[in-house]
This record gives sequence, structure tokens and C-alpha cells, in this order.
Amino acid sequence: MANPQNTTVAGRATSASGAAGSMAVIAPIAGWLLPGLGHFIQRCWIRGLLLMLAVFIMFFAGLGMQGKVYSFNTGDLLDMLGFVGDFGTGVLYFIAKAMDWGIGNIHNAIADYGTKYIVVSGLLNVIAAADAYHIAIGKKQ
Amino acid sequence: MTFQLSHFSAAVLFALCASTVFGITQRNTPRDMLRYGAYCFMLFVAGVIVASWVMWLVKH
Repeated sequence: MANPQNTTVAGRATSASGAAGSMAVIAPIAGWLLPGLGHFIQRCWIRGLLLMLAVFIMFFAGLGMQGKVYSFNTGDLLDMLGFVGDFGTGVLYFIAKAMDWGIGNIHNAIADYGTKYIVVSGLLNVIAAADAYHIAIGKKQ
Repeated sequence: MTFQLSHFSAAVLFALCASTVFGITQRNTPRDMLRYGAYCFMLFVAGVIVASWVMWLVKH
């Protein structure tokens, strides 16, 4: 007959690994959708807030500088990569497209900086989502 | 709403945001995060200053 105490311990371990497994899926997706959310749901409040601020400031500063938000395209390679970078901002990208923000301004040199800001904010958000995944699987505290 | 930043202030804002994310994501303890973030920020800004002097020398 199995020891009930051992069974309980094994059950707890299984449920804990199941929770960690689901968090490993949810955290990076949440972190991608809304910058910092992947850390918030794991109770890393300050880290999540700082990541959210960094990505939001870069994204909206880029828009403020009249940067361009790329649409899905199959044209020039740099345009496709620009779309991939922009898409990394998650919900910010969808809001920008829905509100018709990020038209771009080719007559303004600073607008090109804005375009790069928006792309890099997406790439930084992907790094932040990967960090949320590492916390979820226990690779990082 | 639009705003204009100078080249240097745009580079410093970029450096600040990027080094914040690098610091948090690439290190494990808060102390190391702060140190690495400051290190990245310093390298970004130093790189901007060096590149600008190189461009000045190329021009002259």
C-alpha cells in the first residue's frame, strides 16, 4: 500500500510543475501582448513597471517624432524586418494601426529616428517577454 | 502630438530605455541589474560621443 504522505507530496509536486508549465506559456505571451505584464503576473512588480515604462516611452516617443509604423508586407526586406520589430510591441502595435498612428514623415530627419525607436521598442519587448519566460521556468529568480 | 528632439537627446533617451531593459533582463540580482544597466548606458553615450567626434574629424 502506498504511503499517503508520499502520495500527497507527489501530488503537490505534480500540481506545482503543472502551474509552472502553464506559467511558462502564459507569461511570455502576456509579456508580449502588454509590455511588463509577463512580470506582473509573476509578482515582479518593479521589474515589470520599469520594462513597461521603457517600452512605452520608446514607442510613444517614436510616434511623437513622427516615426513610421510598418504594416505587414512582402516587399523590401528591411520593410519586412521593420514589421517584425514593430509587431513585437504587441497591443501597442494594434492600437497604433487601429488609430492610424505612425504614418511617417519622409521630410523630417528626426522622423527616421522615430521609426527606429518604434522598431527597437518592439525588439526590447520581445527580450522582456523572453525574460518573463526564464523567470517562469525557474532559470532566473 | 509631435515633438522634436536633438540628435544627442534622442540618442540619450534611446540609451536610457535600452539599458533599462538590458539591465533587468541580462542579470539576476537587483544590484547586478543596476550595475549592468549603468554600464550599458555609459557605453551607449560614450559610443555616441566618440562617433560624433569621428564624424567631426572626417568632415574637417
